Amino acid sequence: MSIETDATNNAGPQTLTMGKGMKRKEDPRFLTGNGNYVDDMRLPGMLYMAIVHSPYPHANIKGIDKAAALAVPGVKAVITGEDLVAASLAWLPTFHGFDKQMVLAVGKVLFQHQEVAAVFAETREAARDAAELVDVDYEPLDPVISPFDSMKDEVILRDDREDKTNHIYHWDSGDRDGTQAALDDSEVVVTERIYAPRCHPAPLEPCGCVAQFDAMGRLHFWVTSQAPHVYRTAISLVTGIPEDKIRVISPDIGGGFGNKVPVYPGYVCAIVGALILKTPVKWIETRTENLTTTGFARDYHMDVTIGAKKDGTVTALKVKTVADHGAFDAAADPSKYPAGMFGVVTGSYQFPVAFAELDAYFTNKAPGGVAYRCSFRVTEASYAIERGMDILAQKLTMDPAELRRKNFVRKDQFPYDSALGFTYDSGDYEGTMDKALNQIGYAELRREQAEKRARGEYMGIGISTFTEVVGAGPSKHFDILGIKMFDSAEIRIHPTGTGIIRTGTKSQGQGHETTWAQIVAEELGLDPQNLLVEEGDTDTAPYGLGTYASRSTPVAGAALALAARRVREKARKVAAHLLEAAAEDIEWVDHKFQVMGAPSRSVTMKEVAFAAYTNPGEGNEPGLEASLYYDPPNMTFPHGAYIAVVDVDAETGEVKVRRFLAIDDCGTVINPMIVEGQVHGGLTEGFAIAFMQEIPYDEQGNNMAPNFMEYLIPTSVEAPVWETGSTVTPSPHHPIGAKGVGESPNVGSPAAFVNAVMDALAPLGVTHIDMPLTREKVWRAIRDAQAAAASD
Amino acid sequence: MFPAAFDYIRAHSAEEALAALAQHGAEARILAGGQSLIPAMRLRLARPAVLVDLGGVKDLGYLREEGGDLRVGAMTRDVTLERDANVRARYSLLTDTGAVIADPVVRCLGTVVGSLCHGDPSGDWGAAALASRAVMVARSASGERLIPIDEFLVDSFQTSLEEGELAVEVRFPTPDGRTHGSYQKIERKVGDYATAAAAVQITLGDDGRVTHAGVALTAAGPRPVRVDAAEKLLLGQLLTEDVIRAASEEARIVSDPFADTRGSVEYKKDMARVLVARGLRASAARLGTGVTA
Repeated sequence: MSIETDATNNAGPQTLTMGKGMKRKEDPRFLTGNGNYVDDMRLPGMLYMAIVHSPYPHANIKGIDKAAALAVPGVKAVITGEDLVAASLAWLPTFHGFDKQMVLAVGKVLFQHQEVAAVFAETREAARDAAELVDVDYEPLDPVISPFDSMKDEVILRDDREDKTNHIYHWDSGDRDGTQAALDDSEVVVTERIYAPRCHPAPLEPCGCVAQFDAMGRLHFWVTSQAPHVYRTAISLVTGIPEDKIRVISPDIGGGFGNKVPVYPGYVCAIVGALILKTPVKWIETRTENLTTTGFARDYHMDVTIGAKKDGTVTALKVKTVADHGAFDAAADPSKYPAGMFGVVTGSYQFPVAFAELDAYFTNKAPGGVAYRCSFRVTEASYAIERGMDILAQKLTMDPAELRRKNFVRKDQFPYDSALGFTYDSGDYEGTMDKALNQIGYAELRREQAEKRARGEYMGIGISTFTEVVGAGPSKHFDILGIKMFDSAEIRIHPTGTGIIRTGTKSQGQGHETTWAQIVAEELGLDPQNLLVEEGDTDTAPYGLGTYASRSTPVAGAALALAARRVREKARKVAAHLLEAAAEDIEWVDHKFQVMGAPSRSVTMKEVAFAAYTNPGEGNEPGLEASLYYDPPNMTFPHGAYIAVVDVDAETGEVKVRRFLAIDDCGTVINPMIVEGQVHGGLTEGFAIAFMQEIPYDEQGNNMAPNFMEYLIPTSVEAPVWETGSTVTPSPHHPIGAKGVGESPNVGSPAAFVNAVMDALAPLGVTHIDMPLTREKVWRAIRDAQAAAASD
Repeated sequence: MFPAAFDYIRAHSAEEALAALAQHGAEARILAGGQSLIPAMRLRLARPAVLVDLGGVKDLGYLREEGGDLRVGAMTRDVTLERDANVRARYSLLTDTGAVIADPVVRCLGTVVGSLCHGDPSGDWGAAALASRAVMVARSASGERLIPIDEFLVDSFQTSLEEGELAVEVRFPTPDGRTHGSYQKIERKVGDYATAAAAVQITLGDDGRVTHAGVALTAAGPRPVRVDAAEKLLLGQLLTEDVIRAASEEARIVSDPFADTRGSVEYKKDMARVLVARGLRASAARLGTGVTA
């Protein structure tokens, strides 16, 4: 068959949208209330589970009386830790493999709100009524709340462990002696203890699951998971159910932010309930359960020391961290990285030598240490260095922008080997900062600040020029439970030139249904509106490690682009058949195949797709699909320059964020509208972390932020107006040059806010206040400084 | 989300509500806007055996001036005061207060009388009612009685309503010509309880001197706190910066808050001072008298 080569017929889709702000394909479903979440699942005979939680942070369990709970009408069963011991399910391995955690408390409880028993009933209300009636006899013990107390090992919290110490692990990176020598020789040294407070990702949808064993004994498990494939393997390893007899489905998910990476005790209990009661079980957390038991983030006490010459050139960086992991080390870091990517703490700067070390301890607090919208401890690292650079600038009475400029890794130094062992792929730190300084009118703001200071008013300008490390990760270094951190893509093009895309990732609001379609559309010259994206069902999607750590676009996005190119190679043979030319004479130009040297002879991918099923040509494999597993050669290193402008009310301590500008460089941008949305969301989280969010514990071990009355989520009233912009420095090793952006605003913004407030208070000699910068903390700092000045 | 079990009675008149109260006694709680009671029930902090819902009592939803008072019925929502043009023109303290209670969703459902009956010392209407000398109207089988707000607010979550009594109205005295006020509040975010808040209402005579002063504090003690010393100090004075400073210092002294996640005692006491001073300055500005330094 010969093909007419009329150019109008071969124009290809008019709707290619790579790099354009295409509206999200998934949004009509969400905006009309037609999302399909775990709690929307209803199965015949489904029971509801409620969990009994400990009111004590540390107590022996003398006994549990189920009788009153079992007497509540509709209650089917109550299980406790002892019941799980009998089934060898009392403990659950944590993801990075250093520890295990109790499913239901056995013998004692180790944090307030710990899971003690699970109740199964015909209605949610009956389950909750009965949970109140489970009578647990506690013998309270003194709690250990501070990691600085825990490290004394006066009370050993975990008698189940072989090592009788509260110390979990030591990690270090870099040159200890060289760093100390360089600091000793430095003309200027600044040091500060900087605390990254315990906070919580608090996704809008809490965690939950539905467990069902079908008539063939196969487990169907709907769950709020950012990593459904890893869950399937983990469930198989924990329960002994063969992996082929497990299907994990992550349906629509209402936000994850790292909170939905770990496997939680409630999931195990629901599976056990479904197994023993032979009927489906649903468990949906309450808000309080989410905030008090599931993965928290941060809780790093960081002693940051920077050495420099008098002209501001940095000479060495030392960071010594005490990490509070709570009752179990339930952090979800890659196995070889107990402190995650904390080694990126040298940031955007040329430190000739550096040393970072960390010691982690158990306390009587909720377990966790998840990566809350950051690539495993990158927010902590970024906050430490960006705060530290400002403290140094203040000490040197240098403009913080100029101090940064003096020390940036230069554009021509990439790939750049950092002092702590990362190879930064690409960047233009100075160019991005200059764009931000110009756009916000930095010089004019400094003039205004000088005038205000002369009048006794407190205005501050804060800069954060952060570098992230995302896209875990190369198989040589990165695994979870031993599984390498590759990701995968599968593309199947239908005869009519439409198709379905599947990946091992799982969107929780990131917009994969749109971006994935855009990537494939660009590679194949097809219409993104007719490329369906499906993720989250382990029966259909290829195995992948999931969506967190800004890894979807760097890893699965790369897999998609390369899988699409495989499809294209297959299509090239069919095109050659259609164009009656040799495959090697067919080139891909302007989203269609043409005969080399004869551009008027061309076919579109849509035409080729039809032919692949109807007329593939002698010797060509019919059909048009490809799958690919991608092992990234390196991480990607997005960066940005953020500037906050604040006014401080000295009477009340209130901080008003007057302006906030975020210039992000995430490499090639697939959909700028989605990027901007991600940046707005992450900045709002960063604002909350800087000013209002913390999970504090009192001295008795009570969780003081167990609901949204105390764990504060900013509304549109509190959140500043965000100004955004971008520079584009593509990643040299990613197939389309993209780096990932979801987490940058959360990683980069807290330091900008705090730096701005400290800049406002600099005339008072205030150097540091720990987050959250509540009104009272700011008020007290001002008042104390004024009192000190008056007494001089 | 999961309240304990309760019985529900929907009243269609004040009489039906009173009958239900008579039948169930202390077991029963009145449900008006529900913006405090329902969250407490959801967390099982409140467990009334019987809820008597006033939602169907349409004739208790009114706002009118009568007999020298602004009369606010038991089912009148916060938003009604917040948006009423007459209230905005003549009762600036009430407009200010209405605008900062919780969030717009709560204000569309919450009621003024319900908030006062809830007796939460962190509720905003208590201080506003004290500063404007409000009077509650309580109805029972034996008739109605008037209760000055100072006597009505007894302690945390405790009023002087007796068993079988229903608060049907609150009355705010209609101010004289030269009266204005202000409500100043510090909160961690929209919808949070006040860290500190102050209600101020001032009447000036022809000579510019204060003829009436109402000063009260929210979240500054077991019940909303009237700052008598500040009121006495202001009477007969011009609103100078010195007078404002002295009056606001009285607020700091009398404020008796508890420490919580919103702030320490020391901070909250100082904010009582700052907010009373700001309220007095705002009132002076509304009265068209610049504060003399």
